[in-house]
Amino acid sequence: MQFITPLWPAYPELFLLVMTCIILVADLFISDDNRIFTYGLTQFTLVGCAVLTFFTGNAEPVYTFSGMFVDDLMADALKLLTCLAVITILVYARAYTAVRGMFRGEFFSLALFATLGMMVMISANHLLTLYLGLELLSLSLYAMVALQRDSVQATEAAMKYFVLGALASGMLLYGMSMLYGATGTLEITALAQLSSQGVRAQAVLVFGLVFIVAGLGFKLGAVPFHMWVPDVYQGAPTAVTLFIGSAPKFAAFAIVMRLLAQGLGADALVDEWRQMLLIMAVLSLAIGNLAAIMQTNLKRMLAYSTISHMGFLLLGVLSGTIDGYGAAMFYVVVYVLMTLGAFGIILLLTRGGFEAENLDDYKGLNQRSPWYAFLMLLLMFSMAGIPPTVGFYAKLTVLQAVVQIGWWWVAVIAVVFSLIGAFYYLRIVKLMYFDAPQDTAPVTASADVRALLSVNGLAVLVMGIAPQPLMMLCIEAVRASI
Amino acid sequence: MMQQLPLLNLAIWVPIIAGVAVLFTGSDRNAQAARVIALIGAVLGFLVTIPLYTGFDLQQGSFQFVHRAPWIESFNVWYHLGIDGISLLLILLNSLTTVLVVIAGWQVIQTRVAQYMAAFLILSGLMNGVFSALDAMLFYVFFESTLIPMFIIIGVWGGPNRVYAATKFFLYTLLGSLLSLVALIYLYNATGGSFAFLDLYEVPLPLIVQVIVFIAFFMAFAVKVPMWPVHTWLPDAHVEAPTGGSVVLAAVMLKLGGYGFLRLSLPIVPDASIYLAPAVIALSLIAVVYIGLVALVQTDMKKLIAYSSISHMGFVTLGIFIFNAQGVEGAVIQMISHGFISGAMFLCVGVLYDRMHTRQIADYGGVANRMPVFAAFFMLFAMANAGLPGTSGFVGEFLVILGAMKVNFWYAFAAAITLIFGAAYTLWMYKRVMFGAVANDHVAELKDINARECLVLGVLAVMVLVMGIWPQPFAEVLHVSVNELLAHVSLSKLPVQ
Repeated sequence: MQFITPLWPAYPELFLLVMTCIILVADLFISDDNRIFTYGLTQFTLVGCAVLTFFTGNAEPVYTFSGMFVDDLMADALKLLTCLAVITILVYARAYTAVRGMFRGEFFSLALFATLGMMVMISANHLLTLYLGLELLSLSLYAMVALQRDSVQATEAAMKYFVLGALASGMLLYGMSMLYGATGTLEITALAQLSSQGVRAQAVLVFGLVFIVAGLGFKLGAVPFHMWVPDVYQGAPTAVTLFIGSAPKFAAFAIVMRLLAQGLGADALVDEWRQMLLIMAVLSLAIGNLAAIMQTNLKRMLAYSTISHMGFLLLGVLSGTIDGYGAAMFYVVVYVLMTLGAFGIILLLTRGGFEAENLDDYKGLNQRSPWYAFLMLLLMFSMAGIPPTVGFYAKLTVLQAVVQIGWWWVAVIAVVFSLIGAFYYLRIVKLMYFDAPQDTAPVTASADVRALLSVNGLAVLVMGIAPQPLMMLCIEAVRASI
Repeated sequence: MMQQLPLLNLAIWVPIIAGVAVLFTGSDRNAQAARVIALIGAVLGFLVTIPLYTGFDLQQGSFQFVHRAPWIESFNVWYHLGIDGISLLLILLNSLTTVLVVIAGWQVIQTRVAQYMAAFLILSGLMNGVFSALDAMLFYVFFESTLIPMFIIIGVWGGPNRVYAATKFFLYTLLGSLLSLVALIYLYNATGGSFAFLDLYEVPLPLIVQVIVFIAFFMAFAVKVPMWPVHTWLPDAHVEAPTGGSVVLAAVMLKLGGYGFLRLSLPIVPDASIYLAPAVIALSLIAVVYIGLVALVQTDMKKLIAYSSISHMGFVTLGIFIFNAQGVEGAVIQMISHGFISGAMFLCVGVLYDRMHTRQIADYGGVANRMPVFAAFFMLFAMANAGLPGTSGFVGEFLVILGAMKVNFWYAFAAAITLIFGAAYTLWMYKRVMFGAVANDHVAELKDINARECLVLGVLAVMVLVMGIWPQPFAEVLHVSVNELLAHVSLSKLPVQ
């Protein structure tokens, strides 16, 4: 270890922290009419953070803060994507939050703290750093869900989220203490070394592993730890649902990688957690897709769809190969892209005090606005995994990783459930295209939302025609880091 | 010089780009612009495929007009195009059908015209992609992409039960193709990381693996053909689809299944194909005979033609799985001929439906009195559908029966029965609709077909007659390709012990 800790790998986080504190204070002196200034400053911070992440990026892993913090290619890629995702979220959410009295300093500082938490999680090379980031993220999210104080639904969702989230954190922490007991270290790289040599207290290690996997399952929202997902998605204000459903999945994927693939990636241990992930993945695919069919609320339907997507993500991870990790990373990036777009459309159709969250609100969208209907069509087919959209390649890479290790029957199960899944995505397309509109109000949006949503929707198609760059980035990032 | 132009790329992308251009005309205020652009796109799309035929080298067994560029390097997927005689004919059929469909929809479609025309053009480009892809992943991407426009076509412009039909169509075909996707990924790993057809053709596989892969492919292609007993989506889809949708579905989309058997199943898993051929033949014969009987009792004209399609496609699968030159050539000719005839039959029903808004046979009678020109066209197509010598319907069926006779007399016998059934259901329907006294006032008010309808039916009538009287131009491009294919099938791919 070096005596002088280089700070530059953590510049993005430091910048974000300083700016968040500035915004927190500055916002006190801004009147409600000028809140747009806070918004601008927040976006500036995120853009700055993205730029810093890009320019402090490096191919070889760099450790700092006595090995508690790592900056590698995977971290750079995920942090950059996280910043971009949060920027997009804030653009989509602006009109929605403004109408509902949430366009306030708290919303922005909580979003920024959550982003900081995600970035710390992504770069964690130490179990405590990881936990610190996780709690920073989670606590910010709990508060964001409850931001609409008068809403009973939101308060209930926040409570549920908090209780189950705290339970998950407890499990994770308990698992970490077991790992410490078995190996005597909290540093992930050291953990990897020790666990691959084999420790005397193998049973303790495996026991800890079980708790770690359960905790991660909670955070990802995989079955059987998925109960909070539909309630929170439905209960939270849509702008916050968009937040919860998108960017934090990057961080969740990162800690899965750090803990399972890196820290506990020894062959003997892979065999242990692979079994658990397999059960979680198959159950997530089954319950996510089956339950989604019965939903009439679009937010709740997308919650179940998220659960099934997490099943696919886990399939990529459980293959335990570089290709599989790369596939999982590709999947999570594509998932976030699609989720941003889908919730973007929901937020677009939500106007005034009206929440466009029931499926029937989408009837005849093609006649009201062919362009947004087309974008939603692309997003839905992408979620269903139909070429030529990028969602197909996400599923393809994961299936390839699973078949590669000889588990072709798992691939068959996965495609059968994604067939069932196709049904409810098709239903949205059906509502938009085949039915007559119930509501003929024109769909309006500000120029920034229109532009960003169009880019977001078309990206699904363009990356479907040319998936190579992103696929390459994911595989390279994983190869350089694991 | 023609070889220098990227003709296959043009065949795929001209219709797709034209389709996108049509979309930009936007709302129905600009409907006329949308129609004109669509027609220009469709005609251009057809014109660029003609040099494929004139420049086609009849002696060359390998793929022609090859274009190869890297696409997804991480997975070693190539943008690899090329055609042999089989794909050549299907591409021509597809491009011609698109022109006819655009003309046929000129007046009939009055709502969301731009989207309608765009869907057909994009669909046409995608199907040309399926027929010219030489990389399994490229093939798969095109193959599945075709579902999206067809789903929209049936669902938006279809009949009262369109939502059910569109969803059933989509999910049915998706199930089959997803299983074949897993098989393709398995093969990708078996070849050591390649999706190229030519690599897949070489890789040795044990019989049990071949059988599983065959079944996975079979799920995809049998649903598409469709074969009995996975045919139930077709009558629904046909009945609910708008006329143009039915035409493209019957004329071209069903051929994706037959083409898939020829391009993937047979050469990639030849031993399993031979091993399971009796089962496939049995299913084909059931389709030919049983579905023929089902067609006989239909009261809805579109449904009757839909069942007749299934029965005729049974000939295609029968011809393919008897593995001799007559059978396979007959199957391909039957596919092309069925493309013309079934397309024409659906257009004829469309002509009646546009005027009467009913498809029930019972609502008609004596139409020939009011629409003599139409009656003549309809008669020709009905005869062709029944397999009358001198029409294209005869050539394919005759070749397949001839091929079947070489393998087993009873195959040929069962298949030949259909010539009787085919004549029975088609001509009986024709008689009830067209002949006799004028049935009711609505029929009495019918006007004969206009120039536009005459043009569409006329082109198809010429094709049906030319193919029936002088099939040589169609058959000659097939000989070398079919022999090449059969040579592949006869080589066992079982690993040497």
